[in-house]
Amino acid sequence: MSELLPEGWELICGLEVHVELATKTKLFSGSPNRFGDEPNTNIDPVTLGLPGALPVLNEQAVELAMRIGLALNCTIQPCTFHRKNYFYPDMPKAYQISQYDQPLNIDGHLDLPGGVRIGVERAHLEEDTGKSTHIGGATGRIHGSEFSLIDFNRAGVPLVEIVSRPDIRTSEQARQYVSELRAILLAIGASDAKMEEGSMRCDANVSVHRVGEPFGTRCEIKNVNSIRALGRAIEYEARRQYDIIESGGTIRQETRHWDDAEGRTHTLRTKEDADDYRYFLEPDLVPLVPGDEWIARVRTNLPMLPAARRSRLATATGADVQGEAVSVIVERGQDDYVLSVGEAGGDVARALVYVQQAFAEEPPTPRVPSKDIAALTVMERDSKVTSTQAKTVLAEIVTNGGGDPAAIAAAKGFEAIDTSEVEGFVDQAIAADPDAWQKFCNGEQKAMGALVGMVMKASKGKADGKVVTAILNARRG
Amino acid sequence: MANIPTTAAAIADAVRAKEMSATEVVEHHLGVIAQRDGDINAFNLVTADIARDAAKRVDAAIASGADVGVLAGVPIAIKDNMCTRGVPTTCSSNMLAGWKPPYDATVITTLNAAGAVMVGKTNLDEFAMGSSTENSAFGPTRNPLDTSRVPGGSSGGSAAAVAAGFAPVSLGSDTGGSIRQPAALCGVVGVKPTYGLVSRYGLVAFASSLDQIGPFATTVDDAALITEVIAGHDPKDSTSIPRPVPSLRAAAREGVQGMRIGRVTDLPEGAEPEVAARLDEAFAALEKAGARIVDVTLPSLSYALTAYYLIAPAEASSNLARYDGVRYGLRASAADTNAMYGATRAAGFGDEVKRRIMLGTYALSAGYYDAYYGKALKVRRLIADDFERAYAQADVVLMPTSPMVAFPFGDKVDDPMSMYLCDIYTIPTNLAGHPAMSVPFGTGAHGLPVGVQVLAPALGEVAMFRVGGALEAAGGAR
Repeated sequence: MSELLPEGWELICGLEVHVELATKTKLFSGSPNRFGDEPNTNIDPVTLGLPGALPVLNEQAVELAMRIGLALNCTIQPCTFHRKNYFYPDMPKAYQISQYDQPLNIDGHLDLPGGVRIGVERAHLEEDTGKSTHIGGATGRIHGSEFSLIDFNRAGVPLVEIVSRPDIRTSEQARQYVSELRAILLAIGASDAKMEEGSMRCDANVSVHRVGEPFGTRCEIKNVNSIRALGRAIEYEARRQYDIIESGGTIRQETRHWDDAEGRTHTLRTKEDADDYRYFLEPDLVPLVPGDEWIARVRTNLPMLPAARRSRLATATGADVQGEAVSVIVERGQDDYVLSVGEAGGDVARALVYVQQAFAEEPPTPRVPSKDIAALTVMERDSKVTSTQAKTVLAEIVTNGGGDPAAIAAAKGFEAIDTSEVEGFVDQAIAADPDAWQKFCNGEQKAMGALVGMVMKASKGKADGKVVTAILNARRG
Repeated sequence: MANIPTTAAAIADAVRAKEMSATEVVEHHLGVIAQRDGDINAFNLVTADIARDAAKRVDAAIASGADVGVLAGVPIAIKDNMCTRGVPTTCSSNMLAGWKPPYDATVITTLNAAGAVMVGKTNLDEFAMGSSTENSAFGPTRNPLDTSRVPGGSSGGSAAAVAAGFAPVSLGSDTGGSIRQPAALCGVVGVKPTYGLVSRYGLVAFASSLDQIGPFATTVDDAALITEVIAGHDPKDSTSIPRPVPSLRAAAREGVQGMRIGRVTDLPEGAEPEVAARLDEAFAALEKAGARIVDVTLPSLSYALTAYYLIAPAEASSNLARYDGVRYGLRASAADTNAMYGATRAAGFGDEVKRRIMLGTYALSAGYYDAYYGKALKVRRLIADDFERAYAQADVVLMPTSPMVAFPFGDKVDDPMSMYLCDIYTIPTNLAGHPAMSVPFGTGAHGLPVGVQVLAPALGEVAMFRVGGALEAAGGAR
């Protein structure tokens, strides 16, 4: 951040993240909640806002929203639904049923992997709109289009809007917040949280100020469709605001649109154009009062969260808790599997690497029995196979859904070769290309590749690359 | 053709006893409609074919010995703001002219299952906004007792249909008096049940926290019968009350011995003298029947009308926003989406609907919410508190239904405030969510009927029907 804003300036950011809940049916009707179906097939009188239709709250949606609240350390409270009134063609009733002054979840927090705590102001339930596609016109927006198509399959899909406090100070923290939130949502099964499919959407409120002075006027950035875009949009916006202030201007409170291709934001609407939503209590619904017993049951059924799982895995494997291997394995849900390799007598540190490299396409509980992986880690540790050979054996085990690594190694003619034998191959290589040896001795690391290559060729790949390197370095002195 | 009974109860008994067929019954009523609805205009649509088919099904079921339900062969008229699958449901608005819902309201499903035969969809003030049925886009309904006068509203078509003998019973909806006031003006019984007793699923919303479906009938017994059938929990309506419906027909015959009847000593004034006189006579009749009259006060009642005309329009402004020309109903053509919204709504809604949308939008707007809508909600609470105190002393409260008897066309339609005053005695019940019914009790000016209103606490239908039955038995001076 130091190069983004000069010393003494600070970025202030709060995020509003919308996630579609992974329910069977919609928030207020029995139509399926399913992505990718034929347009306008998952509809009914409630979804279309037909005259006389009435909403009935989906219990599963409430339960998933409570899970989110508990995972984010929120307090669950008795709550109500309001109508947010505005006209838009893909909003069937011309109002959205949302939660206003009494949301379901309040006052939580999310700890970033680096330890920074970001407050969560609220996480409330609301319904999604339909999806408009504007045909013709240059911008793909409703203005200037020839006609518009509306798909109401998405209308009424349950959303939880998670509103952070303005505790985020860098674009990196914003990225971490969203990716940690995503990991939590996946872990608790609340949402598939795919930003590219729109089941997770993120708006950023950004302002800048001089440290010690009150917060600046904020702008809300919409249309941020990936975690990478989020970081870029925040950085662009902070710099834009700083430049305006530094050149004597003032920031106008407005909603801005992130254009990922152009790499900039531009005005969508100013505060003056903002709709007056005329919120009032939704008279078609009654207050939602989750009982203590229900809350306790949801809490009990909450799985171990990613942060706890990462720290468990890091402790067991000795890997960096903030490292890629640990976070990837936990995100895939394969940490239990890695640990089970240890329980089967294997080397968990090697298992972590194997699973990270070879199990990307595998489910959280891979088909390969953990004892097979355990056996392979032991073979590599004991130098029964080289790391290159181990990789080959591993690939075959994964393809076949299991197998005895010793038998596979034997069938492939993989066997341990003595260090003394490797020494002989090294002698031959130096003799064959003294020029390369000289260059290597002069500090040209490139030359080492040629020497190692010759040893590998002579040993038919059975020499361990690490051993060859060690011998060469030792010889050079 | 057999002599067709005038009540739903007697028709159902006769049809079930095979004394007459449902087809004979429906043909009789279709005949009366054909003869006279040209003058009355109670119906937006007479569903003769559907009625004949339904009657045939009832007859076939009876012939096969199947259970046909308590309303076997009973013709019923339905206010045209309740959704009927495949049958136009217009709310008497150009906005929905010709719109055919793809689903039935819960009350329609329930009535069908009970063997009732829908004969048509009745006229109303557009989207149920009005007290005279003059606000219909399809022309006013005339009062069968004096066709130069209004039938009341907004359920004027349903009240007139029963008064004219087009059907023994009908359904209306009551948001601020829209069942009880036309019942009083047409000389029939009208019931607004407790909010949540009857499902609103499929009732086109006017003001969701106030709307309630209820029956019109010529007798208190028939009104009790229909209420019993349509009441009950509906999982499709979150505000529906999950509890069993008590026997209301029995209550209507029980008498009022020992009951405490509340007389409101600070009732807002404005009732015609004859209306006030009939109310006094009603108290006397109940006292004679063994009830005790107790004085109660309802000091917040004078604010009810004002609160109602903020709350109901506020909800209406939101409920009616969906008529935007995008998905169904009228669509005016215009250059862009916003212009299309404006043109559609300008063309589709009548003046009263527009007036209330404007009023409600304003009341909910930022900067005005607290002064208008917020304050109205507080008044609503005060009124409920007033009733709670009153019902600690009295089992029911008696009031006029309407301050006046049926008035001539044009009398009030150009003066919204005087029209709004028609509902001064009916509105408080809706704000409190309580039940109330209007029972004909003698006549007033010009020999036109007067209704006495029986108000009861939430789920106090049994007490209400006991008093309603006693008033009917006592009869009013004519």
